[in-house]
Amino acid sequence: MVLKFEAVHKSFRDSEGTVPVLRGISFDLEAGQTLALTGESGSGKSTLLHIAGALEAADAGRVWVAGQELTQLNDSGRAALRRTDIALVFQQFNLIPSLTVAANISFQSALSGQVDQTHVEQVVDALGLSDQMKKYPEALSGGQQQRVAIARAIAAKPKLMLADEPTGNLDEGTAEDVLEQMLKLVAQTGAALMVVTHSTNIAARMDRRLQLRSGLLV
Amino acid sequence: MNVKVIVFLFLWPFGVLAQGFSGLGTGGDGFTMPKPQPAFSFPADHGPHPEYRIEWWYITANLNSPDGTTYGLQWTLFRTALAPGEALGWQSPQIWFGHASVTTPDQHFATERFARGGIGQAGVEASPFRAWIDEWALQGADFDLMNLTANGPDFGYDMLLQATGPLVLHGDKGYSVKSAEGQASYYYSQPFFKIGGTLKLPIGDIEVTGDAWLDREWSSQPLSDDQTGWDWFSLSFDSGAKLMGFQLRQTDGSLYSSSTWIGSDGATTSYADGAFGATPLSTSLIEGKDVPTSWRVTLPDQGVDVFVKAMNPDAWMGLSIPYWEGPVNVSGSHTGQGYLEMTGYE
Amino acid sequence: MIVSCLRALLSHWRRNPVQLFAYLAGLALATALWSGVQAINAEARASYDAAATTLGEGQYDLLIPWQGDRIPLDDYISLRRSGWLVSPVIVGRLDDIQLVGIDLVTSATGLGTGNVTSVPLALASETLLANEDTAQKLGPLVNVTVDASIAPGMAVGDIGLVQRLLGRDDLSHLVLLPDQSLGQPDLSVIVPSLRIQRAQQVTSISQLTNSFHLNLTAFGLLSFAVGLFIVHSTIGLAFEQRRGMIRTLRSLGVPLRILLTLIAIEMLTLAAIGAGFGIVLGYLIAAFLLPDVAATLRGLYGAEISGTLELRASWWVSGLLLALVGTAAALSSRIWQIAKMPLLASVRPRAWVIATASRFRLQSIIAVSLLSATILLGLFVKGLVAGFALLGCLLIGAALALPALAASILTLLQRYTTAPVWTWFWADTRQQLPGLSLALMALLLAVSANIGVSTMVSSFRLTFVSFLDQRLAPELFVQVETKDQSIALAAFLDLRKIEVLPLSKTQVSITNKPVALYGVRVGPTYRNNWVFLDETDGAWDLVAHDTAVVVNEQLARRAGIWVDDLVQVAPDLALPIAAVVGDYGNPQGQVIVSENLFQNLHPDLYPSQFGIRTTEAPALRAQLVNTADIDNNAIIDQASIKALSLEVFERTFVVTAALNILTLGVASFAILMSLLTLADLRVPQLAPVWALGLTRQRLGWLELLRAVLLAAIVVVCAIPLGLTLAWVLLTIINVEAFGWQLPMYLFPLEYVQLGGFALVAAFLAAMWPAIRLMRTPPSSLLRVFASER
Repeated sequence: MVLKFEAVHKSFRDSEGTVPVLRGISFDLEAGQTLALTGESGSGKSTLLHIAGALEAADAGRVWVAGQELTQLNDSGRAALRRTDIALVFQQFNLIPSLTVAANISFQSALSGQVDQTHVEQVVDALGLSDQMKKYPEALSGGQQQRVAIARAIAAKPKLMLADEPTGNLDEGTAEDVLEQMLKLVAQTGAALMVVTHSTNIAARMDRRLQLRSGLLV
Repeated sequence: MNVKVIVFLFLWPFGVLAQGFSGLGTGGDGFTMPKPQPAFSFPADHGPHPEYRIEWWYITANLNSPDGTTYGLQWTLFRTALAPGEALGWQSPQIWFGHASVTTPDQHFATERFARGGIGQAGVEASPFRAWIDEWALQGADFDLMNLTANGPDFGYDMLLQATGPLVLHGDKGYSVKSAEGQASYYYSQPFFKIGGTLKLPIGDIEVTGDAWLDREWSSQPLSDDQTGWDWFSLSFDSGAKLMGFQLRQTDGSLYSSSTWIGSDGATTSYADGAFGATPLSTSLIEGKDVPTSWRVTLPDQGVDVFVKAMNPDAWMGLSIPYWEGPVNVSGSHTGQGYLEMTGYE
Repeated sequence: MIVSCLRALLSHWRRNPVQLFAYLAGLALATALWSGVQAINAEARASYDAAATTLGEGQYDLLIPWQGDRIPLDDYISLRRSGWLVSPVIVGRLDDIQLVGIDLVTSATGLGTGNVTSVPLALASETLLANEDTAQKLGPLVNVTVDASIAPGMAVGDIGLVQRLLGRDDLSHLVLLPDQSLGQPDLSVIVPSLRIQRAQQVTSISQLTNSFHLNLTAFGLLSFAVGLFIVHSTIGLAFEQRRGMIRTLRSLGVPLRILLTLIAIEMLTLAAIGAGFGIVLGYLIAAFLLPDVAATLRGLYGAEISGTLELRASWWVSGLLLALVGTAAALSSRIWQIAKMPLLASVRPRAWVIATASRFRLQSIIAVSLLSATILLGLFVKGLVAGFALLGCLLIGAALALPALAASILTLLQRYTTAPVWTWFWADTRQQLPGLSLALMALLLAVSANIGVSTMVSSFRLTFVSFLDQRLAPELFVQVETKDQSIALAAFLDLRKIEVLPLSKTQVSITNKPVALYGVRVGPTYRNNWVFLDETDGAWDLVAHDTAVVVNEQLARRAGIWVDDLVQVAPDLALPIAAVVGDYGNPQGQVIVSENLFQNLHPDLYPSQFGIRTTEAPALRAQLVNTADIDNNAIIDQASIKALSLEVFERTFVVTAALNILTLGVASFAILMSLLTLADLRVPQLAPVWALGLTRQRLGWLELLRAVLLAAIVVVCAIPLGLTLAWVLLTIINVEAFGWQLPMYLFPLEYVQLGGFALVAAFLAAMWPAIRLMRTPPSSLLRVFASER
């Protein structure tokens, strides 16, 4: 079991009081499985993904990632987990603007001190980024930037890969390409993948689909 | 005589610098060297000899107050020359030092003065006799009747000295040998002074009387390199006889001694190295230094075997040239009192 | 992890070199002027200390003559022979060098102290000791041993040698050794012509020169503050721009604590590098200014300071520490923000949030409280410290009030504008205020300080020049050495019916302070020329009738006395004050009485200075030299004294002007850096305006206009602030520090010129960013609208 949610609750405070976002979420995800998380805007998809990525903490309930229970970890424990077992791909602003594409791709694996250069090269080739390595992110198109983000995620050999609308900013053709490559690479590494998306098209490509409505899985 | 060792060591660089290093030999520098068989001429020789490197007028006295308390007193005027001869004004190569002290049974006061020659701040004139530095003075119409004054920050004295016996020449007619290599000085004394006057002490003025001893010495030679210090005794026995004896301590542990036995009539017998003996019996810790303050002193030829003990062990002269100088009591084969000076213990 | 993380952090600077430059340069500038000024001060202080040590001033009581500066050798011997333990000193000038002769045998630091090794050396080898510079000047004249501890411009040697070099056989003063002996007779019995001057009564050179160093320090501190403004805004910007990177790093698993530590180390290391440049720069500034500073100090106070600069830990360490502490302070709030920031906080740089609305309000509140404190301090508190507190409150309060003030001015302008472009311009300018406010505050401080200081210096000069005219009315001044000379000269002038102003002078003690007592011949010259600060009717008549005195302002203020109060002129004589006279630049109190009264009080003293009124100065001078046997060197004509005094002021102006330019330069650099760093963030704001039809050229010009306009607002605010500053300096600080008040004069032309400089500086600073804007490719502007951004 790479990811397991058990009765997870989360609410936010705003000017009108406490707004419940997740109201008892339980599910799990095995290695090699892909999962689509769908739902309307504000249904709590991103919050769920952030909790799975150890970026935010749940108010109640328990979450396991790669066998570790997140509530048992302190800040640096969660940081270490993010570094080694989780990889994140956001809709945008994934990259460090002042580093080259090459440095960005190997950055996460370099953080944990385990750069596998052959693996990195395979990923770069697979994503068609070989010619872009020396460029800075600002010189790339949106599709290329997302490929770099995916390359970085795969290069880190995570057990769990989390993607939040990874193709949300891309035109349809590019989105299709990027998604295709991501799924292929994830399949090769055997990681579990959870994708937050509002696209039924993308959801259809995943092994499993969960839908969030009013903070509950339906 | 006295602080000779230290003064020599201390002043040696003066001479070297004044003359350059050319005259570093034992006799050079242009200074006149003492020669055997001198013939002193008084009163002229009471005055300064600027062609010699160093010279002093040195008085020590054992004093008693009417209540029976004993005191010691010292007054010294040193002359040292950067170059032989005298000149007027600031160009004079002569430098003068004055040391004065008073020892009580439980206190010791010491002070010093400095002066350049040539400008009138200090000097010595033979006749009428006048030796002075600042307001300190030893002066009189002649050498037999003199006033003696000195002041420090917390003490002072005004004394009258009157000679009751003849001058005494040490060594061979006043030629006193200081080492086996033959270093020597001219050395005579007036050990027969009666002294009386006022000690000015923090507790008030004290009228005192007693016996004083004056030493005159001048030379141009430093001691040998291997001589590290000096123990000098001037003892006045109740019998009326007196003994001057000193020993120079040498680096190899051996000693070089010299002494003069002075009969009550002033007749002298001089003894060469080995006759006089002085052995420390106990030491006192003074200013962090171990200083012998009781001695066994012997001169077998005169049947002397006495125990010499400092009246106040804490008679340290903590001046720019530090040494120990204070009154002593004598017991044993002879009884009496005297003065002890020790250098090279710092 | 640490290496990759650091690499990522540092890559920001590589991609934003201008920002890095701003950061380093800000720190360098902050440190440079500060440490430069401190270097000069340290050098001067070391020189004063060396001089005091060399002369024994302020350490020992001295015996000095009641009149003149010569003591016969016999007096020395008499004193020693009566038990006074004194040591002789002779001081005299040989060309430009002050020779000090001491007797190494009796001196307080000589034989008696165990410090004997150097004594025989100096005695025997007939050598002078001097520092390297002085040794070179002495040249082949005499044997010189180089000793760095000897004060600049001085040479020390044995008294015999120095007497010979000076051609004298007397002494200048006697040092009273600390331990005296019993039974000392009274000084008046032994040598009545001498008096004791207590060590603590000596006004030391360092006291004298305080005002000058204060001036320098103020400039240094100012530029430090301005530099820190730059640092503060650069740090703010750098953090805003790196929010995205920080989020990414954290989401990739870099623990917060490590991240914060690395950022702190990174910024402080860079700060140390910047400060290091600053210290080098400071050294160069100090080396550049030192000759003029030295000349000023020598002329004004007779203080010699070394012409070469030493790298003293005292100033470079203090500069470095100050820079690091300043950076750390600016950093801490940013670090705190990151620590509190949610991991997934917004990534968009919030340039306009650098100063949020609430911060703006807080700033205004602080400004108002500081300005109120300024008024309270001015009204109710006395003392030098209060004076400085007042200055601090005034300057910081005014700086903090500036953004709010500027905002309201801009709102007003906007309200009265109808053209849409201009409405947008005012609104946009106002929106930019927070981002530029630090730079504008820096400019405000620089301009107002320049106005304040140049008003002070110029007022001083005007006052001093008119003071010189008052005081230097006589066309010739003659100095005599002996009583016979004095009598002969008086007779000589009397015979020729020349108006002469004999001046007798001695030192007395009033309320336990040394005061100079002068005896003057009251006549038309005094009556017509002297301008009093305050007087009773017929003041000079009262003085002439021996029923009143004139005192100088220093004495009046120090002793808390004024016109009509009594002064104890002698133990049994107290006279009322008829007038108080301004006496600029002189640290000592003075009492002026008629020559008659002076003679009665001090019958042994004679006039040693004569002022002579004549229309034929050169002819009379020749007569005095040829017939009256006066040494030509003892006669000084009015013109040359004035020229000498004014030259000193010109030197002071060179220093002030250089510092003015430097501080303005620092401030305009602050503007440049703010504009440059804001430029990128401005693109999204300008793009819509551009899209609506304003050309890039037009936008560029508007940017330039904006900078000049803001600078103009600053200048308008700076003038009253600068004048207030000058007023505080002249009427509060000066009186508290030095005991005299300077009248304040206004120099409108100078202010206009300064304002012009500030506008030009702003224009130049804005030029580069504006040109960059004009050349921004349309594609970058368009990208603002693209969905990818």
